[in-house]
Amino acid sequence: MVMNIGEASRRQFLLGSVSGLSSAWLALRWPAILAAQEHAQRAEASGRPVQFQFFSPEEAVEVGAMAAQIIPSDDTPGAREARVIYFIDRVLATFDRDKRPAYTQGLKDLRQRVQARFPSVNRFSSLTPEQQFQVLTAIEKTEFFELVRLHTIMGFLAKPEYGGNYNQSGWKVIGFEDQMTYKPPFGYYDAEENKHE
Amino acid sequence: MTIFQDKTPVDFVIVGAGGAGGVVAKELSSAGFQVVVLEQGPRFGEQDFEHDELKFKNIFNPPFIGRDFLTNDHSLQPNTFRKTEGEKAELSNFVQYGRCVGGGTVHFSANYWRFHESDFCERSCWGAVAGADLANWPITYADLEPYYTKAEWELGVSGQAGANPFDPPRSKPYPLQPMPVKSAGVLLEKGARKLGLHAYPAPLAILSQPYQGRSACAHCGYCTFFGCEWGAKSSTLATVLRVAEKTGRCEIRANSYVRKISVGPSGRVDGAIYFDKQKREHFQRARAVVVCANGAETPRLLLVSKSSLFPQGLANSTGLVGKFFMVELGSFAIGTFEHPVNEYKSVQVTRVVQDFYESDPKRGFYGGGGIDFRFLFYPIGFALDGLSPDTPRWGADFKKALRNNFTRTVTAFGSTTSLPIESNTITLDPEVKDAWGLPALRVTYKAHPDDFKTMNFFTEKSLDLLEAAGAKSKWGFPVVDIGASVHLMGTCRMGNDPARSVVDKYHRAHDVQNLFIVDGSSFVTSGRNQPTCTIQALAYRAADHIARIARNGSILSPV
Repeated sequence: MVMNIGEASRRQFLLGSVSGLSSAWLALRWPAILAAQEHAQRAEASGRPVQFQFFSPEEAVEVGAMAAQIIPSDDTPGAREARVIYFIDRVLATFDRDKRPAYTQGLKDLRQRVQARFPSVNRFSSLTPEQQFQVLTAIEKTEFFELVRLHTIMGFLAKPEYGGNYNQSGWKVIGFEDQMTYKPPFGYYDAEENKHE
Repeated sequence: MTIFQDKTPVDFVIVGAGGAGGVVAKELSSAGFQVVVLEQGPRFGEQDFEHDELKFKNIFNPPFIGRDFLTNDHSLQPNTFRKTEGEKAELSNFVQYGRCVGGGTVHFSANYWRFHESDFCERSCWGAVAGADLANWPITYADLEPYYTKAEWELGVSGQAGANPFDPPRSKPYPLQPMPVKSAGVLLEKGARKLGLHAYPAPLAILSQPYQGRSACAHCGYCTFFGCEWGAKSSTLATVLRVAEKTGRCEIRANSYVRKISVGPSGRVDGAIYFDKQKREHFQRARAVVVCANGAETPRLLLVSKSSLFPQGLANSTGLVGKFFMVELGSFAIGTFEHPVNEYKSVQVTRVVQDFYESDPKRGFYGGGGIDFRFLFYPIGFALDGLSPDTPRWGADFKKALRNNFTRTVTAFGSTTSLPIESNTITLDPEVKDAWGLPALRVTYKAHPDDFKTMNFFTEKSLDLLEAAGAKSKWGFPVVDIGASVHLMGTCRMGNDPARSVVDKYHRAHDVQNLFIVDGSSFVTSGRNQPTCTIQALAYRAADHIARIARNGSILSPV
């Protein structure tokens, strides 16, 4: 027995990142995902205001600002309204526990970069939107950015039970509905076709 | 519920409760034989399935990397992969299959294509292909036709006979009318008409109407990679396995992972040794064994079942077990349209084009296939992999693209040939073991140059069809080396010559009188990357024959 599963998983994640196959990463995660869903449901059911499990309030503001750049709010909800930050916090408390150091280090690097570039400011979230965009453009090839991007997308579009996609806001933006039944016509072109018949 | 005791021999042990094993179990138990089905995976029911992209689904993209909890877990059962024999194989997720009662038919998209007559005789129709081992099947389409019909009627398949001008002859229409056309289907019809091609209603193993006490499809959209919450997908879990259990002669034993097929002193198999859920070992004795463990796990199990009589592995006197491994090959192109298509609703595919099914010498290479317009991306998958390569990956324009295109995107998928090559193999990894201590499955695979040419040809044709259908934008995915496969074929080749094949034309191992091998491993050629219908037709035919010879006693002599 020569293999080490943890090592293999990490390598696969890296391969996935390099080739752009984000899905490779998700594929490795499913057992823990079950636990995360239960966790989120418990939190929801408790009725108390949502507490962060991993992030400090300051970190949550920083990551929330990054997510809001990745999926911005415009005339429709973005990552902020979809409460993506709660999703990310929960995955770091559950199935992505091993990504915590990546966040801690990533946020530290981000702060240094912000301070070096904008000496009068010491936090990413205090920058103007244009400045935030510049900073993220500079780090968009990093593993940290890639991770936040993936989590933001997941938090925007996963089942609301996981803590993000608040009130199905992400799904509403893209036009997805989650129903148990549909009836034809399903889309514009089959509806048109049926009219002609 | 029937429960047999390990020590008491039953007539048949079937290894694997998937697309083939389910059919064989139903046929043999209905014919009066006692059957134990050993399935390594768990048993789920409709109540266990749900709409949850994180839990059930990861993103399906080329090369196919996918897994959900209905399929094999590589952290427990690692694969290794190399392109050629000279290389050291590295850990990989190459082989993907359904690992639960019902097998791959639980989560498949249910595309249900018959082979064409030409598929059974490509070696004589087309000739040799340099660098490949193209061969004829020992059976013809006519031999299999009654069993295709039986599969369609017993399992429940929706379609329209006669709608595809390239369809082979059939003795009966489909039992159920086609599923209602979706927008992508209408667009494929439009594109095909413009190009002089022929779109026809997709044959699907999904019920368009209630059938045999099962409910019709409710168009919820969660077919591919999900289990059907309505029981409307004609998996063996929803159909034949239930019938088998009702006979009172069939026990389906889930969480039972076979580690060895046992051989008695006479050279006949006498049962299967397996681990239960707690990894305790059991020996189920049987008068005959049918292996239906899929095109990758079947050869692995035979190779690991070494004995003094079969030092190279069971049924492997030729050394051919595991060779001629064929995989799913295909092409992807994406188009966006002006109006919403809402492909996330209802079944994956409603129209198909088979004008390029046959190999055509004018193209200058072997290969053919079919093209359909299909749903490919659930929301997260779409955001990660469904946008055009020139779309920004984050920010306002990324969001705009998500917003505009999720409901307007159609994927054109080409299902293409995979040439059989002797050096493409499933073998046992010499070092890596699985969580039960068994040698890991090692894949050695490199597609033939003609396979690449075929995939590129289908990308071009798919882009032409998207254009003709009026796509506003379109792009093809580059054809790359395949690194994973869910369709597993060819590793226990069927043939008349015992020196050049593993099983005879009735799926009996040439080497072992009471051992049968029935699944994708029997395939001599790949068809066009839609194997399930043919796997199940073969299973009906094999079971018919096995029951006949079992009745006359020749394979069920006392253990």
